[in-house]
Amino acid sequence: MIRDITCIACPLGCEIKVEDTENGYLITGYTCKKGKDYALQEITDPRRILTSTVAVEDGVLKVLPVKTDKAIPKDMLLKCMEEINKIKAKAPIYVGQVIKENILNTGANLVATRNLAKKE
Amino acid sequence: MEYDCIVIGGGPAGLAAAIEAKDNGADKVCVIERDRELGGILNQCIHNGFGLHEFNEELTGPEYAAKFIDEVYKRDIDIFLNTMVIDLTKDKEVTALGDNGLIKLKGKSVVLAMGCRERTAGAIGVKGFRPAGVYNAGMAQRLINMEGYLVGKEVVIYGSGDIGLIMARRMTLEGAKVKAVVEIMPHSSGLNRNIHQCLNDFNIPLLLSHKVTEIHGKNRVEGVTIAKVDDKFNEIDGTREYISCDTLLLSVGLIPENEISQKANVSIDLRTRGAYVDSNMQTEIPGIFSCGNVLHVHDIVDFVTRESRIAGKNAARFARGELNNSKYIDVYAGDKLIYVIPQKIALDDENGALICFRSKNIYRNPTVKIYSNDKLIKQKKYKIIVPSEMIQIHLKYDYIKDLEGNIMVDIEGEKND
Ligand SMILES: Cc1cc2nc3c(=O)[nH]c(=O)nc-3n(C[C@H](O)[C@H](O)[C@H](O)COP(=O)(O)OP(=O)(O)OC[C@H]3O[C@@H](n4cnc5c(N)ncnc54)[C@H](O)[C@@H]3O)c2cc1C
Ligand code: SF4
Repeated sequence: MIRDITCIACPLGCEIKVEDTENGYLITGYTCKKGKDYALQEITDPRRILTSTVAVEDGVLKVLPVKTDKAIPKDMLLKCMEEINKIKAKAPIYVGQVIKENILNTGANLVATRNLAKKE
Repeated sequence: MEYDCIVIGGGPAGLAAAIEAKDNGADKVCVIERDRELGGILNQCIHNGFGLHEFNEELTGPEYAAKFIDEVYKRDIDIFLNTMVIDLTKDKEVTALGDNGLIKLKGKSVVLAMGCRERTAGAIGVKGFRPAGVYNAGMAQRLINMEGYLVGKEVVIYGSGDIGLIMARRMTLEGAKVKAVVEIMPHSSGLNRNIHQCLNDFNIPLLLSHKVTEIHGKNRVEGVTIAKVDDKFNEIDGTREYISCDTLLLSVGLIPENEISQKANVSIDLRTRGAYVDSNMQTEIPGIFSCGNVLHVHDIVDFVTRESRIAGKNAARFARGELNNSKYIDVYAGDKLIYVIPQKIALDDENGALICFRSKNIYRNPTVKIYSNDKLIKQKKYKIIVPSEMIQIHLKYDYIKDLEGNIMVDIEGEKND
């Protein structure tokens, strides 16, 4: 079986083919090693970085942008969103600050992606 | 107040230009931003995918902005927030309206970095009222990501540019149902990776060669009618389909925001909708420079940064009286390109020239060829070139210093859809 995979590791978006042969996976169509690794990951255990926002108390904005600091399994995206929607962070917040450790045991931390000052 | 360099707009373009101007000997530099904070459009682009070229890692928009905002605050650069520039003369007098009323500044040089705005619902010919629930995609992005306000529950997105694709995923994650992304062209104008990770990951249909023919609902959107189109974009009879929804997002393109530039008589290229510039990013008005989305619409912020550094550096050189090029040649886009920037190259400049262009079609394994007077001066092979991605090629001083004829840039290769 041959699977077509669009590499998402950079904006070039190479079309990669992965063929399941007797000697393992035959991967073609990538431009760089990152793409080869991505294709292998994508057919064995697809993962994505999740970016979203969490509610904030006392901040200059009502919401804080966050991301998982590692890619998490694709089928965990919506479950993590439910978790994210329960969180209420408190300003001031610094970029990189951990908002939730090891979210849903994915091994990834949810971190802030901007500074958010306290409302005066 | 007098400045060596006044930067209008505090997005990634303005920030990179200000840092570079300061570091290249402009003593007094300021950035004027109408918003309450620096960072520009990046503050609402909370997804990742920024900074691969600059930092070799994937950052979110706010993280990318934060790196440059930090650098600006480390330097002695004046920042005016909540201050909107309302006038600019060709003598580089700036009038702005801020918290403390009207201010007047004079610059030895000025960098235009006002970014772009979205084309509005009026720009597309769709029947029906414009009820509540019709949003520009970028506006919806700001409301969701910065104000925490989810604009709708059942959504149709018109236009498959990157903003539309990113918003399809974002609204899905927030619990909305995105029923379709409708695109009038036979191909998406967004990046492949975004079609994959924003639509395919969530089984959102992409309807190519389709248009929205009618918006239903008087007070709030109740649904839209869509139809297939032929290759001349005319509706094909009998293909109408009704989709119920409470929200229609329009992602139909961006236009550089050049009202201020035009007040200073900066001439505008109809293809890019931005200023005519030379290889130092100088417009046709001496001492006024332009970079970023106000010059031409970029999809990759790293390229904005690169281009804006050139503008900032040369704004500083101008302010110091050190930008004295006299030999110029024109640059033309070949048949396969939509446009090329800069439109003019200074031959006697040791920094060489950064050439940027977009192609009209998709090419696989093409070669970009740069000619001067029919003589090939540089070529570069690519795996793929697509209209949604701008290409940048740097021409070293050595390549251009002895040129005499004008430059033509084109693509050689088979068109591929
Ligand atoms: C939705 C979206 C998604 C994107 N996704 C990606 C991506 O995944 N990866 C990537 O690399 N790039 C992406 N980009 C592209 C990139 O973010 C932009 O090209 C870049 O931000 C443009 O920078 P700029 O400084 O020219 O414009 P802006 O960021 O728009 O900054 C212009 C600034 O000027 C200010 N201004 C305008 N007029 C005035 C005035 N008269 N007085 C004072 N201030 C003024 C504005 O308030 C604004 O802050 C995306 C862009 C958008 C819109
Ligand atoms: S294979 Fe390499 S070059 Fe191609 S999209 Fe992936 S990361 Fe980019």
